[in-house]
Formats: sequence, C-alpha cells, structure tokens
Amino acid sequence: MSVVFVIALLGLIAAGYYLGQNRALRYRAADGPRLHSLPSYYGFYAALWCALPAAALLLVWMAGEGMLIESLILADIESELTGLSANEVGLVMNDIRNLASGGITSGDPSPLIKAAAQRYANLHHISLMAMFVLSLAIGAGGLLLAYRRVNPTFRARNRVERIIMALLMLSSTIAILVTIGIVLSLLFEALRFFAQVPFTEFIFGLKWSPQIAIREDQVGSSGAFGAVPVFAGTLLISFIAMCVAAPIGLFSAIYMSEYASRRFRSVVKPVLEILAGIPTVVYGFFAALTVAPFLRELGNSLGLDVASESALAAGAVMGIMIIPFVSSLSDDVITAVPNAMREGSYGLGATKSETIRRVVLPAALPGIVGALLLAVSRAIGETMIVVMAAGLSANLTANPFAAVTTVTVQIVTLLTGDQEFDSPKTLAAFALGLVLFVATLGLNIIALRVVRKYREQYD
Amino acid sequence: MSEQAETGEANATVQKMGKVDTSTVPTPTAPQAEGTGRVKMSGKDVCVHYGEKQALFDVNIDIMEKEVTSLIGPSGCGKSTFLRCLNRMNDVVDICRVSGAIEMEGDDIYAPDVDVVHLRARVGMVFQKPNPFPKSIYENIAYGPKIHGIVRGKAETDELVESALRKAGLWEEVKDRLAAPGTGLSGGQQQRLCIARAIAVQPEVILMDEPCSALDPIATAKIEDLIHELRENYTIVIVTHSMQQAARVSQKTAFFHLGILVEYGETETIFTNPRDEKTQGYITGRFG
Ligand SMILES: Nc1ncnc2c1ncn2[C@@H]1O[C@H](COP(=O)(O)OP(=O)(O)OP(=O)(O)O)[C@@H](O)[C@H]1O
Ligand SMILES: [Mg+2]
Repeated sequence: MSVVFVIALLGLIAAGYYLGQNRALRYRAADGPRLHSLPSYYGFYAALWCALPAAALLLVWMAGEGMLIESLILADIESELTGLSANEVGLVMNDIRNLASGGITSGDPSPLIKAAAQRYANLHHISLMAMFVLSLAIGAGGLLLAYRRVNPTFRARNRVERIIMALLMLSSTIAILVTIGIVLSLLFEALRFFAQVPFTEFIFGLKWSPQIAIREDQVGSSGAFGAVPVFAGTLLISFIAMCVAAPIGLFSAIYMSEYASRRFRSVVKPVLEILAGIPTVVYGFFAALTVAPFLRELGNSLGLDVASESALAAGAVMGIMIIPFVSSLSDDVITAVPNAMREGSYGLGATKSETIRRVVLPAALPGIVGALLLAVSRAIGETMIVVMAAGLSANLTANPFAAVTTVTVQIVTLLTGDQEFDSPKTLAAFALGLVLFVATLGLNIIALRVVRKYREQYD
Repeated sequence: MSEQAETGEANATVQKMGKVDTSTVPTPTAPQAEGTGRVKMSGKDVCVHYGEKQALFDVNIDIMEKEVTSLIGPSGCGKSTFLRCLNRMNDVVDICRVSGAIEMEGDDIYAPDVDVVHLRARVGMVFQKPNPFPKSIYENIAYGPKIHGIVRGKAETDELVESALRKAGLWEEVKDRLAAPGTGLSGGQQQRLCIARAIAVQPEVILMDEPCSALDPIATAKIEDLIHELRENYTIVIVTHSMQQAARVSQKTAFFHLGILVEYGETETIFTNPRDEKTQGYITGRFG
C-alpha cells in the first residue's frame, strides 16, 4: 500500500515537472513575450509546489496521529481505567499498541483490551489511508496552483532559487536544533545530579566510587562522586597519547610536505589516512591484547610493576590512532605556506632545515597548534580504546604504569546494563558528559580561534 | 649578410610600417660603463630544460662587476629562468636541468663541490612579489646574518639591521616599529625590506626579478634610486618588463626572445642602435 502511495506521489511530482515545463514551452512556441526563465525552471517550480506541501502534510500527520488515536482509545475504555495512575495507564496503552501490531503483551489481555486493540488497528489503518489520499490531494492542489501561475513574466528562476535556499536553511537549522537539544538534555540531567550531589564535591572531590548501596546492610558502597581522579585519568591518558601523536604526526607531516617526492607522498599519505579509518574498537583490542601484555612483560623484565591494564598502553595506542589527525592537518597547513617564503629563505642562503625550522614552521604554527588541539579533543573524547585497555579503577595517580579510568569509561560503565534513571549514579554520567562536552567544545573553539587569527598572516 | 645591411633592413621595415613612433623608444639615462671593467659572472652555452621542454638555448653572457645588467624580453622568453640559474635557485625545481657553465669569478658554480648555500649567500635574490617572512621587521633583516653567523650578539645585530635598512632607504620609515610584522608594511616598503634583507647577508651580486612589477610609480622611483646607490658596491642583475626602467637603471641590457639571447650590449647601444630587427621591434613596442 505504502509502495503504491510513494510511486503515486513521485509520479505526481514528475507530472508536475513536465506540465510546468510544457506550459512554458508552449508560451515559447507562440511568439508572445519572451519567457523570463528557462522552461525547466517552470517545471521545477511546479514540481516543488507539488512535493513540498505533500511532504509537509506527511510530517505533520505522522507526528500528530499517534496522540490522536490514543486519546480516542482512552476515551473508549475510560470505565476500565478509573483509579489507575498515569504510569499504569501508560502500561495499558502499551499493551494495546503491542496487541494491535501483533506483539506480545504482559499477562492475558481482557476482552475489553482486545477490543480496544482491534479498534486501534482499525483507526490506524484508516488514518494511514486518509493520510495518503490527503497528501496526494494537497500535492495535486499545489501543482495546479503552480501550473496556473506559469506565464512568461513569472520569475520561476528566482522563485526556485529562493525555495532551494529555504530548504538548505532548513537543513542547517535542523542540525543546529538537534545539537542544542542534546546540550540541553545533558544540562538538565546534570542539574538533577547536582541537586543531589553538591557541585563542589563533584568538581573537587578526590574519591570516585559511584556504587550506591541498594539495601541498608550492603557493604562498601557509600557512593562518592569526586570526579578529580576521573579527570586526572583522562588528562594522563590524553597526555600520553599526545606525547606519541604530536612528534610522530608532526615529523611525518614535515617529511611528507617538504622532503618526500611527489610519488612517495601520493602513496604514503593515503596509507597514513587509513589509520584514521580503522574502527576504534579494533584499536581497543590491539591495545588490550597486544600492547598491554607487551608493556607488562617489558616492565617485568626491567623490574617495573606494570598493571595489565595500564594508562601507558591505552595512551600509546590512542596516540597511534590520532597520528593521522595531526599529520594530515599539519601537512595541509605546511603545504599551504607559500613557496615564496621558502624561496625567500633559500635566496638568503639558508639550508633546507633552517628554512623549515625558522620560516616554514613559524608561518604554519597557528595551523599546527589548531591541529594539535583538535587531536587533544579527539583524545579526550575517545572511548573504546580506554574502555578496553585502561581499566575501571579510579586511581588518582600520575604513574603511567598504573591502571586509571577516564571520563568516557565511567560514562559507559554508569549507563550500561539495567539502570534506574534517577539515581545519582546514572545522573553522574550526565554530569561527566557535560564537563567533557564543555572541555572539548572549549578546545575546539580555541583551536578555531587560533587558526583563524593567524591565518592571513602571510597573505 | 653584414651587420650594416641588417640594420638598414630593420630601419626599412620600420619606415615601411610607418606606424611606429620612434619617440616611444626610451632614452638611456643611466651613467654608462662606470664599473670596474671586470667580469663578475659569465654564462657559457647555458641551456635549460624543464622536463622535455627547452627554455634556454646556448646563452653566452658576461655580467660586469658593479654594473647593472637588465634582462628584457617578452613574457615566457626565459628571463627568470636565466636569472634563477645565477644562484642555482632552479635546483629547487625538480624537473629543471641546467647544462653549460656558469662561472663566478672564474669558478663554475655548478661544479659538484660547490656549496649551494654558500653560493646563495654570495648571490642574493629579490623576488617579483615582495615576500617578507611573517616575522617582525627586525627579524626579517636579522634572519640571514644570523644563519650565516655574520653577527654576534645583540649590539652587532642591531647595527647591521640599521645599516641594511638605511641602505635600502627604509630606516626612517620603520625605525619606530622594528618589532611590527614585516607583512604589515606597504607593498613598496615590503619590497625595500626584501632588498634590505638581501643586502644584510652582504652578497656580491643581487638578482632582482621584476622587483617593481607590484609597485606604484613612486615606490618604483624609490627602488630605482636605491639601485643606483647599490651599484657602487654590488653587481646587480634585474629583470624588467619596463623599457623605461631598463634605460634608466642599467649599463648593460640583454634582450631574450624565445629562450635565445638575441642581443646583449651597452644599454645605450641597445636602445639607440640595436643590431637585431627583433630587438628594434621589441623596444619600439611593435611586439612582445
Ligand atoms: N617550473 C617550471 N616548469 C616548467 N616550465 C617552466 C617552469 N618555469 C618556467 N617554465 C617555462 O620556461 C619558459 C621560460 O619561463 P620564464 O619564467 O623564465 O619566463 P620569463 O621570461 O621570466 O617570463 P615573464 O616575463 O612572464 O616572467 C616558459 O615557457 C615557461 O613556461
Ligand atoms: Mg619571469
């Protein structure tokens, strides 16, 4: 049924295009006044007028339909529901919906519920039909309206342009709104957390142990929400990652942009970028199964005490993961330094490495700093590798051989599994997420600022 | 065909065309032949290829010490290519091959044991588009001397920076803002900064590739004055598209066409009594 509808709607849109275009062509054939736009624009105009109202109707209908049908059903079975709480009403409604779509229900449904489900299915079917018919009708109406407006003085080209601009604007608005929505939900959940745990304790507390006793007699689960060890762990791992990624990424960028022959570059650069395409979970088990045991063995043979899940292993692998970020972005900014700078330096009798060190790199520095900051924010937000390789214990330590935990790991462990969504334990995840978001946002803003501020310097 | 006949024929062509206004030929005003009379650099059968394409054909030229030599010719004729051979700047271009010999005071600069870096310190270069480094004015000048160890300590560097800027006629304009970025100067000031930067490494030869093409007439005049002064101490080779400029600043002029050095001699001779028909055509503005 839906397939027929979709085909019909597409057909209608195509018809709109041809009708609009044909009418314009007829005007052109008759030697009246010159057409304002190319005939195809009249076609587009009619097609858009057909497609957009129909699509808008579909959206509105689908959004409103569920609520409408539910309120009808609830009115039907009102007698049954007297004395039930809102939650229980919700459960009954759920049963009805499941029954209607042929799913399983909780317990054996009463005849009344069964009848309601039947009615629900009927209503849903009717609504669907009505929606199809109405949207086709509206599409046809729009088409007719647009078709009648086609005449030589009508500025179809400008109109189409404006509609397209509006569509583009709509898309970007949606992206922005979604972002704002995510941030707001994060913010509100975090505020609920801070209502239960003081903000200062969260920010300055040195002990992190989010397990809370469910029964009075349980031991060891006091619930402490001092996030300092978690942030310290994140910083430690990010620091180790940058120690790996910054020099390797930067040096390889310098080599590729300044020394490598074009052929070498054309081979190696994509290979390096493949590193960025490896799923992080693969890096994760590389870290957990290869690097961590190796470091442990190495530490043992040197007489060091290395935990099997160490910050070093996670940080090193994360560093490898972000090498392509650093190298690719730095490579771009170094290549963007005008050749005139290099020639000017050579012309004064500077060697290649002097030129790179004292002219090219300073000129590219803002971009390089931007690349590094982006890499840091990537490292801070990275989850999979640390989940698999860094461990869960919230140690406050600067020892890279110890197990530490990070913000992202804690969020994962707090939210996976069966959880109550209003205990401080789960809400803590939102608070952590908020801080993480603010930190990476800040880094990104600084990075963009730095890049923009110095960009024009050598132009 | 004798030289006499050739010139006569060229003149005949000019008269036949009737349209050429000989008053457009600039009058050479630069003082002639005041150098030391010694050959500073010389090219012998210089050929340059970019990949398969040959850009210069057997160029033979003697560049005289403490004189200004200008290279003129239509676009794409190989002026920049030749200029860049003189300090081996073409080495930077992968596909460029140079054959023949270029000598500086009798030594082949393309010999295997020559240190390119050292050569470029002796033969400085100023580019068509001013290209100051994105550093302070002071750092722009101090850069070269520092990497060559010409100066030691702050006082010496200060002194050198000042003298280079003075020689380039820029000192008065920038002495209060030496710490400001060099890229913040006007185009003409930037170009003089680049000249000062080249002077600061105390080269013997200064190559200038269309140094005034991005400048207005006033800035151009300043640079030309500067070239006059620099001639006392330096050998200068300048590429220019302006016949007037060549006539004003240079003692020797070389005319290139399609990669061939067509004519080379005293600027006065080239402009008043060119041997070759092509030269005549070019300087009267008939082609190019
Ligand atoms: N890097 C290069 N790669 C390939 N060909 C080049 C390169 N540089 C110059 N050429 C070619 O060599 C020839 C001479 O170029 P050159 O730059 O020396 O001309 P020019 O006389 O300086 O011209 P203009 O007055 O326009 O600056 C041209 O045909 C040009 O296409
Ligand atoms: Mg040129």
